Amino acid sequence: MSKQINVALIGNPNTGKTSVFNQLTGLNQKVGNYPGITVEKKEGICKLPRGLKAHIIDLPGTYSLNASSLDENVVIELLLNKNDKDYPDVAVVVSDVENLKRNLLLFTQVKDLGIPTILVVNMADRMERKGISLDIERLEEKLRTKIALVSARKNTGIDELKEFIINYKHLSTEPCVNASVIDPEYFEGLRSAYPNQSLYKLWLVITQDVNFGNLNRNELAKTSGFQTKPESDLKRLQQKETILRYQFINGVLKESMSVDARAAKDLRSRLDRVLTHKVWGYVIFFAILLLIFQAIYNWSSYPMDMIDEAFAQLSEWAKNTLPEGAFTNLIAEGVIPGLGGIVIFIPQIAFLFLFISILEESGYMSRVVFLMDRVMRRFGLSGKSVVPLVSGTACAIPAVMATRNIENWKERLITILVVPFTTCSARLPVYLIIIALVIPDRSFWGFNLQGLTLMLLYLIGFGTAIASAWILNKILKIRSKSYFVIEMPNYKLPMLKNVGINVVEKTKSFVFGAGKIILAISIVLWVLASYGPGEKFNNAEEIVSANYSEENPVSKADLDEEIASYKLRNSYIGIMGKGIEPVVAPLGYDWKIGIAIISSFAAREVFVGTLATIYSVGSDEEETIKNRMAAETNPILGGPLFTFASGISLLLFYAFAMQCMSTLAIVKRETNTWKWPLFQLVGMSAFAYLVALAAFQLLK
Amino acid sequence: MKLTLAQLRCGQRGIIKDFSTEDVPLKLLEMGCLPGNEVEVLQTAPFMDPMYLNMNGSHLAIRKETALHIEIELID
Ligand SMILES: Nc1nc2c(ncn2[C@@H]2O[C@H](COP(=O)(O)OP(=O)(O)OP(=O)(O)O)[C@@H](O)[C@H]2O)c(=O)[nH]1
Ligand SMILES: [Mg+2]
Repeated sequence: MSKQINVALIGNPNTGKTSVFNQLTGLNQKVGNYPGITVEKKEGICKLPRGLKAHIIDLPGTYSLNASSLDENVVIELLLNKNDKDYPDVAVVVSDVENLKRNLLLFTQVKDLGIPTILVVNMADRMERKGISLDIERLEEKLRTKIALVSARKNTGIDELKEFIINYKHLSTEPCVNASVIDPEYFEGLRSAYPNQSLYKLWLVITQDVNFGNLNRNELAKTSGFQTKPESDLKRLQQKETILRYQFINGVLKESMSVDARAAKDLRSRLDRVLTHKVWGYVIFFAILLLIFQAIYNWSSYPMDMIDEAFAQLSEWAKNTLPEGAFTNLIAEGVIPGLGGIVIFIPQIAFLFLFISILEESGYMSRVVFLMDRVMRRFGLSGKSVVPLVSGTACAIPAVMATRNIENWKERLITILVVPFTTCSARLPVYLIIIALVIPDRSFWGFNLQGLTLMLLYLIGFGTAIASAWILNKILKIRSKSYFVIEMPNYKLPMLKNVGINVVEKTKSFVFGAGKIILAISIVLWVLASYGPGEKFNNAEEIVSANYSEENPVSKADLDEEIASYKLRNSYIGIMGKGIEPVVAPLGYDWKIGIAIISSFAAREVFVGTLATIYSVGSDEEETIKNRMAAETNPILGGPLFTFASGISLLLFYAFAMQCMSTLAIVKRETNTWKWPLFQLVGMSAFAYLVALAAFQLLK
Repeated sequence: MKLTLAQLRCGQRGIIKDFSTEDVPLKLLEMGCLPGNEVEVLQTAPFMDPMYLNMNGSHLAIRKETALHIEIELID
């Protein structure tokens, strides 16, 4: 068996690298029409003809080998480190036919490193529409490479690409441009100081601050007497190099590409005139947001009701059919209601992902970045922070990752710190159930009041994120040079398959990720609620019955219910809950909610499942989660537990508290210290407690 | 006074002449913002900031503070 061929997919952002990767490997990595969708290395295996295999690596997009943001570093680190296990045998540079000139800059750099390089000219399906014609043979000859004309969307040209990969050993490794002409003397010095290193590689190492294993800039200066230049000189040389490369590329393209400008039917400019308009642009953006929230609320209520009903019946069925005993109770009272608490939210979450995915795939997201940049800057954020903030409505984890293409460290850090305030999908279950309980289902000026409340909560989330960004911007003393460039991609009709995959994958990971935690927690909770220490729990029946006699009669059903709640109060969980009640009572909660809040520090979605489990222990009737919650009474004040005041207080608590371990872990990884995640945990939770306290005390 | 990119209005075009500072990010050059190339202002956000440009075929948006450093010559 021969060894696998290591292939790296490199290219400018948004040229279709991941689409090509998915075609080669059969995997479904996320694709989107926004520069900076891929921010991490992803790998897969591609079966080649003749029994060969290739190990394919998908990389974040980069405009050149001069890194200026974190996602770009990944590419350069890989290409400059021969010892990396993923170091490519062959590099595939993926380019967009509509931007070939700019894409070739990176191609020439990669080729000059001496790595065998194949050029993929992607989006071939758009050539006709744009009036582009290419002389591939000519281009191959000039660039000394093999070129595959590919459409990753239409799946054409992929087989040809595979052939080129198999034959990578026959590719020329001659450089395109001789970079040393920008300063022959300097390069000569470099060559004689390190005779056995590739010259262009040395140049790249010198000009940037990335970690390349054992070869970095300072060491270079130390180990030999070689005198490098001050930074500003190097910078000027880099500019010269860029100009030199463009001269080469212009020469190449003049002979091999022609564009018939008349053929280009320009949808882009017509759409942009409206969508990025000074007034209409904003009106449309907010209209889209409004539509999304109303849609999420109204469209998903039918499937949700059905799911709720189905789980209640399932629980009932399990109780009646399975042999009686502790195990059946665990299933019927612990696991099924716990899982029901999560499955019920699939419709809403799927809708949310659907909308985000369509916005990303259409190319609209960059326009929002453009519209919002100036406003966001006021608050110490970047226009690019909008994308994390919007995708934070799905989940904070990918949102924190999506900050990687923000060039300015301070803007990036602030974005990371405030993203958890946006209303992620895990909060949705909590919001929905509480809104359903305390906000009337009435219409107000044609809008559903419950839908409006939900939208308001989203706005509060965004508002708090922005306000805290403003404060952080004042407090944090970090100097970092700021500049901002964003590419505005062409509009594209969202590809049904990409959107579909996105929705399914995200929803799946929501359900399974949360499902695992919920399953575990609901089992623990059920055990804690079904057993208790000492006399009071074990002799509950006698103690409760003793209150009644012939003169003071009670119906069988009432007696059973009283016994069940007496048992629960004296179970392990009841005892723990009583312990924390003093802390949560001022916010208007009982001990059950207290327990639910504590268990949702693992993940917010656990809230509903926890309440469902606690409430269903010992209850016989088939009931939906919502009805059970509505029936609860407040132990101290009397009356229903979920009133307008306690409901609002709970909503606000969940809006602000930092209750998600996975987010904390990812923030630790992205900021490289525990300082920031701890800051978030303590700061946000304390704030949440105070706001909830104030809300309940004012409203009650 | 030299004309800079920041002074162009929507729909106006110019040829890039020079940069008035060394701090023009390399990334911009790499995206086609090179002396001699043509640039067109396609759209500006309120207060002319940021600016949405067609720079030698690349469509991109930059902030006004960056545009201030790019000297141009107007084409009409
Ligand atoms: N028309 C057309 N669109 C394509 C083709 N290949 C990819 N796209 C679209 O181009 C956009 C970008 O594709 P991606 O595969 O995410 O690009 P990428 O290079 O991985 O992007 P980053 O990870 O952000 O650097 C998506 O909207 C794709 O659907 C193609 O051959 N033709
Ligand atoms: Mg990608």
